[in-house]
Amino acid sequence: MEVMLSVIIGSMIVAAIAAIHARDLLSAIIAQGFVGYGLVICFVMLRAPDLAIVQIVVETITLVIMVAVVLDSSRKELETVIDRRQVATTGMSLLFLVLLLFFFNRAIGSLARFGDHTLRMSEAYVTGAAEQTGSINLVTGVLWDFRGYDTLGEATVLFTAAIGVLTIIRLEGKK
Amino acid sequence: MRGMSVIVKKIAQLMSSLIFVYGIYIITHGHLTPGGGFAGGALVAGAFILLILANGSEYVRLKRQEEGSSLIESIAVLSALVLATVGLAAGSLVFFNNWLPGGIPGQLISAGTIPLYNIFIGMEVAAALITIFLALVIYKEEISK
Repeated sequence: MEVMLSVIIGSMIVAAIAAIHARDLLSAIIAQGFVGYGLVICFVMLRAPDLAIVQIVVETITLVIMVAVVLDSSRKELETVIDRRQVATTGMSLLFLVLLLFFFNRAIGSLARFGDHTLRMSEAYVTGAAEQTGSINLVTGVLWDFRGYDTLGEATVLFTAAIGVLTIIRLEGKK
Repeated sequence: MRGMSVIVKKIAQLMSSLIFVYGIYIITHGHLTPGGGFAGGALVAGAFILLILANGSEYVRLKRQEEGSSLIESIAVLSALVLATVGLAAGSLVFFNNWLPGGIPGQLISAGTIPLYNIFIGMEVAAALITIFLALVIYKEEISK
């Protein structure tokens, strides 16, 4: 499974780079959709169907909205000129990439093996959550019983996002 | 935003009802099967977005729709908060206390307050996504005037 995951994640990285450098904005959106649906396959393979359902629905809705926006406006990417500043930023990001890869390579030895977990808290959830909450689906039980505050925060984030969009984008307002 | 051809409109009418019912199923069975309020709410919003995209912006009275969806969003968040606060009064003094009787695990009506939270959050997510989409569509209509 690790080999399959590595192949999928590698092609997702390639698609993300292609999305950044595409000349046509529509093909950039399609490459970005490849990233999202690859993530769905990763979630299914790692046995997280709850996350996979959310990801596939949200990915489809955002793709539809972005395709509508691109078809209504322009399909062309803006022309960029290569100057000294861009060379400097590219050099800096390459430097940080090498540094991060070096430290990840050193840190990977102290991690647990793929598939093992080191959290003591999750044992109690896995064994006792179904009896304590009465919910067969452990994810929902944890979300709405043990971690109620977190889920309330997530709902508040979406609520705030809707209010922000209404505040910024409505020109005339409600008279 | 103009509507699409007759074929697209008819297919969208047929499919959106199925998507809507599937979203309701995902929300109400959130404590039994994978999914829950967030996934089901996004599915319900997808059904409405499909209808609006296929039929164009003349299909719905956009401003009335936007007012209704933002009202539903606020009411859903408020009722989830009220339900969590009732846990303080009933039983032990714990916010988000699961104060309803648990029932038999595996049945549709079980797990205390968890299905109610799922329903409220499903309403909230669906209404928030529809509100954002409608705000974008109305913005474009007002720009092109």
